Amino acid sequence: MARFGPGDAVHVRAAHPPGHVRTPWFVRGKRGVVARVLGEYANPEELAFNRDGLPKLPLYEVRLRQHDVWPDYDGSPRDTVVVDLYENWLEPAGEER
Amino acid sequence: MSGHDHDHDHDDHAHPPDEDGPLTHYQALEVAVRELLIEKGLFTADDVRAAIEAMDARNPSRGAEVVARAWVDEGFRERLLADGNAACAELGFDTGAIRLAVVEDTEDVHNVIVCTLCSCYPRLLLGLPPDWYKARAYRSRVVREPRTVLREFGTELPDEVELRVHDSTADLRYMVLPRRPDGTDGWSEEQLASLVTRDALIGVTLPRLPEPAPA
Repeated sequence: MARFGPGDAVHVRAAHPPGHVRTPWFVRGKRGVVARVLGEYANPEELAFNRDGLPKLPLYEVRLRQHDVWPDYDGSPRDTVVVDLYENWLEPAGEER
Repeated sequence: MSGHDHDHDHDDHAHPPDEDGPLTHYQALEVAVRELLIEKGLFTADDVRAAIEAMDARNPSRGAEVVARAWVDEGFRERLLADGNAACAELGFDTGAIRLAVVEDTEDVHNVIVCTLCSCYPRLLLGLPPDWYKARAYRSRVVREPRTVLREFGTELPDEVELRVHDSTADLRYMVLPRRPDGTDGWSEEQLASLVTRDALIGVTLPRLPEPAPA
């Protein structure tokens, strides 16, 4: 079962484990909002080592405001970046600011 | 006729350098594994060739056809946004097992696609990505200063429009459904498709009407 739903504020874990990780560095430690729940997929960090990747992990489309990602962002305050993140990288972040 | 006078310097030709260097580790590995699998009878050299030929036959015109259909057929547009693979299959395009997400531009949102981690791209629909899409400069800059990058592609967006950068980090591949340009009422699907370029499907440019021919 997916732990988060659309609209939930989430915090991307600021972790730096070795191996094949699909969470880009630039969003680690940042805050965003779940836009969509994309279903469940085998864990790529396990698949990379020829394991079965089970149990599958919920995958989320997480939308982050560019100003939250890059404090000196010089584009429009409306601009966003959207990344697809597996549930093991997300923590609840409370109410959206 | 000789057809080739040697009164010019061949060094001036624009041609890629000959690949005379030693194989890299991974090139050698690929050749070794491929030859071993052929030797063991798992597939033939012709199977490999045919797979490359089939890959090269895929091209952005398929994406353009999909977009044009979505512009003229509201039901198709809804199905495309809900399930990209199934909608493409309606037009006879097999997009494989990887999920295809189509993201729609609106008056308020413009989408652009990147894969910062590698070069994920909807290859089974659009073919191979352009070299710049795979380059570190695009991959790092389009998430950091997307408006500057788009400007370099000749695309200016007003600040009222949300520029939404999609990073294909995981199990989905992305394609943009751009807005239909004004002044195309009554156009056929084929005419509409001719406006949709590869770069518009990535989101670094917008479909535009051709400049009127000079009088």
